[in-house]
Amino acid sequence: MNRIEKKFNELKRNNRKAFIAFITAGYPDLRTTARLAMEFERSGVDILELGVPFSDPMADGPIIQAASQAALKKKVNMGGILELVKKLRRYSQIPICLMTYYNPVFCFGQERFIRLARTCGVDGLIIPDLPPEEGKGLIKYAAKSGIDVICFISPTTSLQRIKYIAGISRGFIYYVSLTGVTGARKYLATGIAGRLKLVKKYTAKPVCVGFGVSRHSQVADINRVADGVIVGSAIVKKIEEHLGDPGLVSKVGDFVRNLKGSRV
Amino acid sequence: MPETLVFALEELEKEYVKATSDTKFKEQLRYYLSEYAGRPTPLYLARRLSERLGIAKIYLKREDLLHTGAHKINNTLGQVLLALKMKKVRVIAETGAGQHGVATATVAALFGLKCDVYMGTEDIRRQRLNVFRMKLLGARVIPVDSGSRTLKDAMTEALRDWVTNVRDTHYIIGTVAGPHPYPQMVRDFQSVIGKEAKQQILKKEKRLPDYLVACVGGGSNAMGLFHPFFKERSVKFIGVEAAGLGLSSGRHAATLVAGSPGVLHGCKSDLLEDKFGQVKIAHSIAAGLDYPGVGPEHAYYKSIGRASYAAVSDKEALEGFTLLSETEGIIPALEPAHAIFYLKKLSRRIKKNSIVVVCLSGRGDKDTEEVSMRLGL
Repeated sequence: MNRIEKKFNELKRNNRKAFIAFITAGYPDLRTTARLAMEFERSGVDILELGVPFSDPMADGPIIQAASQAALKKKVNMGGILELVKKLRRYSQIPICLMTYYNPVFCFGQERFIRLARTCGVDGLIIPDLPPEEGKGLIKYAAKSGIDVICFISPTTSLQRIKYIAGISRGFIYYVSLTGVTGARKYLATGIAGRLKLVKKYTAKPVCVGFGVSRHSQVADINRVADGVIVGSAIVKKIEEHLGDPGLVSKVGDFVRNLKGSRV
Repeated sequence: MPETLVFALEELEKEYVKATSDTKFKEQLRYYLSEYAGRPTPLYLARRLSERLGIAKIYLKREDLLHTGAHKINNTLGQVLLALKMKKVRVIAETGAGQHGVATATVAALFGLKCDVYMGTEDIRRQRLNVFRMKLLGARVIPVDSGSRTLKDAMTEALRDWVTNVRDTHYIIGTVAGPHPYPQMVRDFQSVIGKEAKQQILKKEKRLPDYLVACVGGGSNAMGLFHPFFKERSVKFIGVEAAGLGLSSGRHAATLVAGSPGVLHGCKSDLLEDKFGQVKIAHSIAAGLDYPGVGPEHAYYKSIGRASYAAVSDKEALEGFTLLSETEGIIPALEPAHAIFYLKKLSRRIKKNSIVVVCLSGRGDKDTEEVSMRLGL
């Protein structure tokens, strides 16, 4: 059982929902990323999603794009991020998913990447531009190494594909709340509950909802119908607002506790 | 490709496969290609250029004479007809040189569809004339200020738009790259270039040419010319990429000559990238070649040795630009000017009686401002 599965079992026993926090690794620098990870664990974040910066992040909105660009300018790369995870593992057992576009994995060499990621303590992979049909080999190989490849279902996914993706996704299913890129929206998209019900018909795996979530009320709304929620851009924006502030880590931590609804 | 787009790609593939065996669709496309765009284009024997370079016969496939001034309209006409079949009310496009943007805006105007074109701010600067044309045609030109501010970033941004508006919008990709079915579909729509050229050369020369030469950015005009000759093993294919400021400078767009395998914009092909898989910024004087990727079928042709690829620098392309203008009274776009200059290199090593067909993919009006600045005219 890897850390993701353990976490969801534990949440289920306590009748709780998962709070998954995304940050871009290396933004503003890898040291701060490590400190944020520790702060998040203390703040009750259940799973950490670490974004690997990419030159052409086509599924991301302006906030994560800008954070990726800034991290790339500081020469943050896959090797450095895996090293960071390895260091974190000395202090923390928080489940960690890497969110990466496919090309950095492809260039690293799929199997070499999985082996190293496993050694460093990565638990899951989220690859937004890799359709599961094309990623079958990777998903299988990763599974053998105890790494979950988490697949997406979107508002436009056909019923036939929902069945397929629900079957092949591991760890949990990432439901994309809207047709669009990542980034905060004023209102949640409509029809999420109905779609989740449909997905749930075909799988017992946890289904978590991401994209466009930026405030506590939205988190609460989603938690009524899903097994968890993923927040990214809103947190990265908070980091951006506090760049250069020595209190950055604790302020972002406060923001995350607020989102979750736990007392600050 | 993001999951949200999969249904649109499946829908497009289905519609496209249906269209390929639909005689009504084919008839409709043929009608617009001939009556509206001006096909067939001449295969013109460039005598003075041939003499100047010491090549027996250079033929120019005159795609520059098409409506809108480049081969891009062959593809946008095909795709807009598919968009209508899929009941989409809006089309979007990425553009580098602006030729594909203009061709998309043109067909959108023709069929009364809404049209947004993504274009890098660097390209907006150097292709002002085309920006004006698109606006005149009723399209919005959306400036893209990320990354290299050129074609790659315009495509990434167009994909983001598509992910957001996928239900009512069709994305008209302008080259033989991107996710399936685009590489195959754009190739098929552009194959009219090679099919015509084949008939024309057989009529004029009673034999096949020895060489086909075309510039390669994403590679649509080259693939359109090459593909119908694929089985004719005696015909050699040469794709000419942009060497920019020189291959050793790192500032070029010669993906097949100097790239490595990678995955970008939904296809696995060759790519200009660093060792961590980050996509590099390409450079070329020709906005239409300024792309760090290339169509996957070109990478395939290279891998099986069916085509060879060379690179021509910015400076050499400028020489090609003036060479064709002076010898034939034809001002080429900077993109095919790369292919024209390459003929000079080719002339040194080919047999005396060789016949060469070059795809003159577009005309040079759009580049006159940039070239006059560079040449100090």
